Amino acid sequence: MRLVDTGNHVAAWGARLARVEVVSAYPITPQTQVIEEISRFIDEGEMDCEYIPVESEHSAMAAMIGSAAMGVRSFSATSAHGLAYMHELLHWAAGIRLPMVMVNVNRALGPGWNIWCDHQDTLAARDTGWIQLYCASHQEVLDTVIQAFRISEDLKVILPVMVCYDAIFISHSYMQVEVPDQDKVDRFLPPFRSLWKLDLDYPLTHGSVIYPDDYEEVRFSMFKGLDNARKVIERAAEEYRDIVGDFHGGMVETYRTEDADCALVAMGSMASECKMAVEELRDKGYRCGLVRVRSYRPFPIAELRELLSPMRSVMVIDRSVSFGLEGALFSEVKAAIYGHGDATVYNLITGLGGRDVRYDLIAEKTADALEGKLAPESSWPSLRLNEHHLVSKRGLEGYWKKEGVL
Amino acid sequence: MRLRDFPEEELFLQGSAACQGCPGSAALRVAFKALGRETILCVIASCTSVLQSPFPVSALNLPTLNMAFATGGATASGLSAAADRLVASGAFKEKPTILVWAGDGGTYDIGIQALSGAAERNTDFIYVCYNNEAYSNTGTQRSGATPYAAWTTNTTKGKDEWRKDIAQIMVAHGVPYVATASLAYPTDMYRKFAKAKEIKGTRYIEIQAPCPPGWKFPSSHTIKVARLAVQSGMWMLYEHEGGKTAYTAGTQRIIQGQSKLLPVEEYLQAQGRFRHLFSPEKDEMRIAEIQGRISHIFDTLQFTHKMKEHIMDIELAPPR
Ligand code: SF4
Repeated sequence: MRLVDTGNHVAAWGARLARVEVVSAYPITPQTQVIEEISRFIDEGEMDCEYIPVESEHSAMAAMIGSAAMGVRSFSATSAHGLAYMHELLHWAAGIRLPMVMVNVNRALGPGWNIWCDHQDTLAARDTGWIQLYCASHQEVLDTVIQAFRISEDLKVILPVMVCYDAIFISHSYMQVEVPDQDKVDRFLPPFRSLWKLDLDYPLTHGSVIYPDDYEEVRFSMFKGLDNARKVIERAAEEYRDIVGDFHGGMVETYRTEDADCALVAMGSMASECKMAVEELRDKGYRCGLVRVRSYRPFPIAELRELLSPMRSVMVIDRSVSFGLEGALFSEVKAAIYGHGDATVYNLITGLGGRDVRYDLIAEKTADALEGKLAPESSWPSLRLNEHHLVSKRGLEGYWKKEGVL
Repeated sequence: MRLRDFPEEELFLQGSAACQGCPGSAALRVAFKALGRETILCVIASCTSVLQSPFPVSALNLPTLNMAFATGGATASGLSAAADRLVASGAFKEKPTILVWAGDGGTYDIGIQALSGAAERNTDFIYVCYNNEAYSNTGTQRSGATPYAAWTTNTTKGKDEWRKDIAQIMVAHGVPYVATASLAYPTDMYRKFAKAKEIKGTRYIEIQAPCPPGWKFPSSHTIKVARLAVQSGMWMLYEHEGGKTAYTAGTQRIIQGQSKLLPVEEYLQAQGRFRHLFSPEKDEMRIAEIQGRISHIFDTLQFTHKMKEHIMDIELAPPR
């Protein structure tokens, strides 16, 4: 079936096709449409599922942990402040080893109040033990939600998965998607069977006090689980292609990298801009390609080493910033390829809070880098510092005068 | 139900890491006996998280999920929704009892949002607050349940505020069953659990749990202090169902005039956490304030009770 719909509604379709049985969620812009659509599916009898309309995101994740611990396939959706609010329980879900899937619509964190796209929210949650997959299109959102359950429930992984996509650009724009047949999805995604659950016949205690004697081993097993996920993510993407027909890449997606000596590295919908930038750069005679990081956790170390070691330059584009350092993706790409090849690595921090990032800006800055006109460090190419960013004429100036600062 | 008729099966096992005379473990024992094996337990960060014993052993012989501090009600909603699915799919023949076990910190303070949310959704579960009137697990700091004038490590001259009344807040949510219980009246407590088990929707049971190290009394005095609390009116036993409150056990006897309301001084003196009310000098004013509140409540209740017997036939949810 072909559908023209928003990224959010498409995510809801993913949950529906995955035969999710419990959904607990709290509304937050720009995620709201996901749960509205799911509740409509349930009300109209198209989806056989319990929907728990909780009173906060902290509770949304707690309820998910409860239902997943009972061995029931569970789903939630959130964004930005909601994700930040459930942060404690992100650790809990991963630490107790529970398979579940949540979509996060990547949105800026306040203050100031901003509902537009930004990756700061999920990057701040990167060390919680969750797998993080970033989507670049509506179709990929739908397909990845389904794949995410396969990955999450794999007995070598058993960790929660976050499917991330960009606010407004994907969440609220309409695109055409192909909704796969339920029987194909069923063939790809068998019913949920957990390695452990709350069982009346075998009453075990989960999540109790754990001493230093055992804690490190538990952390190591999570580390291994994420490590194992690399292969599982690849395999899920390939099997999905074989059964359902769509493929968006495994750990990474590549575009025109075969003959390239310069690579752009990006995540999310900005990768589409980057494809156009690649074309523009190629028109100007630069041999450029794109590596889109699809799985941010686990991080595609091997793939980046292989793809980037022949490159002369690498331009990493961050839609977030690690304050006091540089772009987070930039740091990690450098760390991944350290000692492999001798590419110079550049960084653009851009598109924060939904600021429009045009392909020609990316192309221009990349060309600058290739011509030696840009330093191999973080730059903020779309920054427009004005008077009013520095001093609010009417407000602050008066106050500063009164306080004797001016 | 008499004590000797309690089921023999112990679902709270020996060898827990609880302090001597711990009220929490005694309460678990009675609750588990009343609820039986078909129970899924969720323990909220509290003394119970510790006293169940550390990984890899456990004193809890029920499937148990330990959860973060603020999550009691919400986790129950997830457990309950999942249990409904498993009943629908035939994995469970009958829905097990979902039991959340939290302390007063996890209930009165950090957990009230999730508890209130679950109550509003009328999630099908039993929420237990074992109220030791402080954050005992972290070394006895004040909570919303700490009574006026009580010493804790961060109210060293006695708490300035009166405790809030969560049981009445739960009554205001309109949930099907709210009860208070005391360790000194185990048959009353057992009966309340057994009754709650048969009701659908959100049930709230609060157990006063005198904690020897936190309240500073000898560990052999837990039950004695619990009994004094009821006899002095510092803790009241009742259950609320269908819009009506019925007083039970020791509290009922006082209201009906079958036993006397003990002066609160006796209760206060039995514990170290009120020592500053008696030495170096007696703090007549604060003691009188506490006694005044209790006397006012019991005067009203006794009056209402007499009136009801004589002229009126209305049930009031009395002030506490
Ligand atoms: S501190 Fe009090 S409630 Fe906690 S385990 Fe010890 S006796 Fe029990």
